[in-house]
Amino acid sequence: MNEIVVLSGKGGTGKTVVVGSLSALAKNKVLCDCDVDAANLHLVLQPTVRETHEFWGQKVAVIDREVCTGCGLCLDACRFDAIQEFQVDPLSCEGCGFCLHVCPEQAVTMVDTLAGHWYVSDTRFGPLVHARLGAGQENSGKLVAVVRQKAREIAKDEGSAYILSDGPPGIGCPVISSLSGASLALIVSEPSLSAIHDLERVLAVCRHFGVRALVCINKYDLDEENSRHIEDYCRQAGIDVGAKIPFDTVVSDAITQGVPVVEFGDGMVSRRMEELWSAVAARS
Amino acid sequence: MILAVASGKGGTGKTLVATSLALSLAGQGPVQLLDCDVEEPNAHILLRPTITSSRPVLVPVPRVDEEKCTYCRVCSEACPYKAIAVMGKNVLVFPELCHGCGVCTYVCPEKAISEEGREVGVVEEGRAGEVQFVHGRLAIGEAMAPPVIRAVKQRIDRSSTVIIDVPPGNSCPVVEAVKGSDFCLLVTEPTPFGLHDLALAVELARKLAIPCGVVINRDGSGDQGVEFYCAQQHIPVLLKIPLDRRIAELYCRGQTLVAGMPSWRSAFSDLLQSIQRLAVVER
Repeated sequence: MNEIVVLSGKGGTGKTVVVGSLSALAKNKVLCDCDVDAANLHLVLQPTVRETHEFWGQKVAVIDREVCTGCGLCLDACRFDAIQEFQVDPLSCEGCGFCLHVCPEQAVTMVDTLAGHWYVSDTRFGPLVHARLGAGQENSGKLVAVVRQKAREIAKDEGSAYILSDGPPGIGCPVISSLSGASLALIVSEPSLSAIHDLERVLAVCRHFGVRALVCINKYDLDEENSRHIEDYCRQAGIDVGAKIPFDTVVSDAITQGVPVVEFGDGMVSRRMEELWSAVAARS
Repeated sequence: MILAVASGKGGTGKTLVATSLALSLAGQGPVQLLDCDVEEPNAHILLRPTITSSRPVLVPVPRVDEEKCTYCRVCSEACPYKAIAVMGKNVLVFPELCHGCGVCTYVCPEKAISEEGREVGVVEEGRAGEVQFVHGRLAIGEAMAPPVIRAVKQRIDRSSTVIIDVPPGNSCPVVEAVKGSDFCLLVTEPTPFGLHDLALAVELARKLAIPCGVVINRDGSGDQGVEFYCAQQHIPVLLKIPLDRRIAELYCRGQTLVAGMPSWRSAFSDLLQSIQRLAVVER
């Protein structure tokens, strides 16, 4: 079984648009949305939710005002500036429990937080595992791990050839959690200097974790010189460019209609998505 | 005033808006731009600052003195991140899991744990014309952005107008970047993706009790969903930037909107005035 995770470094380069199209093109796969804090893949795949599960995150501290004497030891101990006026801000609290350890009055308790939900759904393209992390919650990496684990179980049970995952932007915790142990990272870039900078960083993360990468240049014709720069860079780094997709408003039209762009039109964008899937399949 | 420029969804134009806002303020008192998207900082590509200082960001991680350690496991039981483990007569520290909270050091009955700084990124400072510039850079392979974001925000100069370029998403790095701001400007695009993530960002701004307003980028594409949502939620739409291939091309080349199309300067000055009014009214 091949686990393909789609990343970009920079946000908004078209990861979900690509995954939506590959979902329609690939056969025998499980779909997975690892962008748990701003998930969008469900807007393309229009899932019917079959199972809903709770995701319990890190505990947070609560101070009992009745017991608290206002001695201030917890304020000094907390390194996350999470305690103001002897109240814990649950969005700043990282759940370390230092306040609980230092409190001489036992006024602090650690409580579980419902940090989000994860779902197993049916789509007309196959099963989808996705999630929704509550606003401002921590542990997106752990929720990604939960979602990936479930996708693997389903893929094993159904004998699927692929797990196709839509990844988060950036290079931090949820990206590392999406990437570790994957068989191929498909990096969706675009010909902006910002995206090139971010591409180099996300490729460095792939190398760091020993995951093979394949690059796709989206909206390549917005700046053909920068696109050539990406191709040169990839050639030197020994990374293939799987496809170059042109800029076309058909993409936002398809998003608006809630369908993969390959089902929306048969123009150049669709043909390049087909090329991209061939390139991915050939490396899986 | 501290103004956070956020979005939920990536690639909607946060950096484009933040950099043009900063430049349009030049000549009207001190202005500071903080790029808190430390995983993928991009504001420097548009502003091209001269960097004058670079400091490592250190997270304190435990170092165990094996001479004093009695392998009692009090530290590993106290650590909620499983960053320290005792296996027989071995203490294992997993620095990349450590949040640097200091609990293990505090609870150790033998005083066998001290802390040492582990570098997880850098903070760089400099100037781009009249804009004082600060950004952070998370090291490759590191998971935790918040310590680097905190280090960037320690450089805030309260006497300036402070503009914060926030990372995408909706989880802890965004909270770290946005909290303490007087206003949160949410940049979105008029598609179902933009709307979905805008609603999450609004939920977060409200949890943090920070007033917010919206910039619609690539206006003219997609649908009316974002505008309907903003009207229904009473969130002001403060600026619309049209879908214009020339704007996208400027961005590709790393040029700011106000530098590449100076006619936009007044729109950004007006945007800032609207924000100043709203931040005062709502606070």
